[in-house]
Amino acid sequence: MTKQNKDLQPAPYWKPLPSGITLGAILLITFVATGHGLGATGFTTRLTAWIGMYIAPIATGANDYLGGMVEDGNPLSAWITWQVIGVAIGALLSAYLARRIQLKMDGAKFLGGSKRPITALLGGILAGFGARISAGCTSGLGLSGGAVLSLAGFTFLGGFFAVGLLVSRLTKEGK
Amino acid sequence: METVISGLILGGGFGFVLERAGFGNPNKLTAQFRLTDWSVFKVMFTAIVFAAAGLMLLEKLKFINPQDLFIPPAFLGAAALGGALVGAGFAIGGYCPGTSVVGMMSGRIDAAIFLIGLVLGTVMFAGIYPSIEAVTSLGEFSKADALPEALNISSLTINLVLIVAAVGVFFLGSWMENRSKGLITSQTK
Repeated sequence: MTKQNKDLQPAPYWKPLPSGITLGAILLITFVATGHGLGATGFTTRLTAWIGMYIAPIATGANDYLGGMVEDGNPLSAWITWQVIGVAIGALLSAYLARRIQLKMDGAKFLGGSKRPITALLGGILAGFGARISAGCTSGLGLSGGAVLSLAGFTFLGGFFAVGLLVSRLTKEGK
Repeated sequence: METVISGLILGGGFGFVLERAGFGNPNKLTAQFRLTDWSVFKVMFTAIVFAAAGLMLLEKLKFINPQDLFIPPAFLGAAALGGALVGAGFAIGGYCPGTSVVGMMSGRIDAAIFLIGLVLGTVMFAGIYPSIEAVTSLGEFSKADALPEALNISSLTINLVLIVAAVGVFFLGSWMENRSKGLITSQTK
């Protein structure tokens, strides 16, 4: 491989320790600045309410879970919306600088082969549903809840890793 | 305006680091559950311990008031059940909600599909909400919301135990990574 070819390769990932410390520092600054941590599904829930406002306004407004969010106008008007837009911009910038942007269907090797679109959709549905039961996901409840030493945060992480390990075993044997 | 800027900057840092760590890559993320790449455990554990120790220090220095911090309520049954479903979704779909945004921004179509799934899952939840509302406050632990109060142990002790546990995770993880040689790099096909 010539040097020039090597320069065009995707840059290596950061090692876990510097990644973890940087992530912890950002999480700490977030708590100091806002009083809460980082999240994700707070946004997807508001996005669901926002889409519902256009596709099925009456049903969304009458819904016990989403209705309250559309009542006051725009459900996307919240800090978490800007935070997730920030995540998207930050990820794009990082991927671009490291030459890691590539349009592809990824993960087929371990996650369903040719059925990869189905595993992606099913996984998303399970995670979306589950994160509403716990009122938080890996970021909002696991990471942020862990940082404030909350019982809910560590309980979430316990369930997350135990079932993740188990399901990963089962799906591997299914092939 | 302050909301917009703080959200964009803090979220921007979050997304940047997740992508740098390789957490937009579903092969790397799920390798944690195959126990061949321990980056997810290592990064999450380090971040939690760093932030928890930092918060403790800033509280002791009276720089922040612990009452200002949001601590999720101890609905432990709901947290365990939600965690189980998000864990299953992660093992099957390859992402968790936050990392699917990172995956999509690096061009992964499967991550975009996962995000559509998140919205569908939320629709399903909202659709049957009245009948499962009770599940969202399942298993409440009424004594306390956080470990120091629940166990009656100082936060200093808990942080020290967490640091020791984190070091243990790094050793165990690296040992298993060396055994399996399955570390996922940015160039793994």
